[in-house]
Amino acid sequence: MTRRPVDLGDPDRLYTVTGGRSRADDEKFDLVTLVVSECRPSPGMQSEHVRILELCERPIAVVEISAELRLPVTVVRILLGDLLSTGRITARHPRAGRSLVDLPDSSLLEEVLLGLRNL
Amino acid sequence: MDSAISELPSRTPLAASADTGLKIVIVGGFGVGKTTLVKSVSEIRPLNTEEVMTQAGIGVDEPAGLTKTTTTVAFDFGRISLNDRMVLYLFGAPGQERFWFLWDGLFSGTLGAVVLVDTRRMSDSWYAVDRLEHHRTPFVVAVNRFDGDHASFSLEEIRQALALPDHVPLIECDARVRSSGKQVLISLVDHLRELARAREMTP
Repeated sequence: MTRRPVDLGDPDRLYTVTGGRSRADDEKFDLVTLVVSECRPSPGMQSEHVRILELCERPIAVVEISAELRLPVTVVRILLGDLLSTGRITARHPRAGRSLVDLPDSSLLEEVLLGLRNL
Repeated sequence: MDSAISELPSRTPLAASADTGLKIVIVGGFGVGKTTLVKSVSEIRPLNTEEVMTQAGIGVDEPAGLTKTTTTVAFDFGRISLNDRMVLYLFGAPGQERFWFLWDGLFSGTLGAVVLVDTRRMSDSWYAVDRLEHHRTPFVVAVNRFDGDHASFSLEEIRQALALPDHVPLIECDARVRSSGKQVLISLVDHLRELARAREMTP
């Protein structure tokens, strides 16, 4: 199991990070799913898992984890899946539907407008 | 002028109570100012990441001959905390034809889109407008009037050039200016709210 940072230049390294997996269950983690860690890293844990648990002490979106770790979103989804299945993180999923035409309620949009106007 | 602040923090944690991530996609051709717009309104320095997309070969219908191509697509994003719970993520997306498959893979569930237009390269935007309408993603069109846009086309001329239907809001902006970028987002969400209200009125 790798304990070193990932070398982005070599695709094989990405397979090492994910234990040979190249597909995640995309349904579980949207780009803007907010992830929160539920425990501290433990000794012997894979370095990427440790980094994720550190980043998630406060809520953070999947896409931000991807940028911070300099790993493609797909790889991050796989790593998050490991942590979720062992109860080390929880995920706060976006409210909006997965379809492109699924518009939220006007009350939610009203809240968004208020937030933007207060910027 | 309240132009974009260059010293934005890169790593500012969200509120512990944040529970709802939302997304808006800024789409446009290369160099039109997508990252500039994201930067002008974002509370963090825009970040960049990438996704490796696998696409089935087009026009191949025999299972044995199915080819898959892998493309790495980079995109920028920024963030706006709207309140204690809601966080809006803004994604800058390439509008060229070959990147359009991103919309199904990455940007599904988006509230809506902003098409950013450079009047010197209007044709870059035509494809984005066409695809958004096809996907029925609600959007507004923002014309980036930065320096040098003196021989400017009127909004009506731009609407015609893009074959933009009357119901799609068309506005001018300066992507470098925070208040202007903010106004673009407000126009989009205002448009979305009207659409949602109309739908809620329909039995």
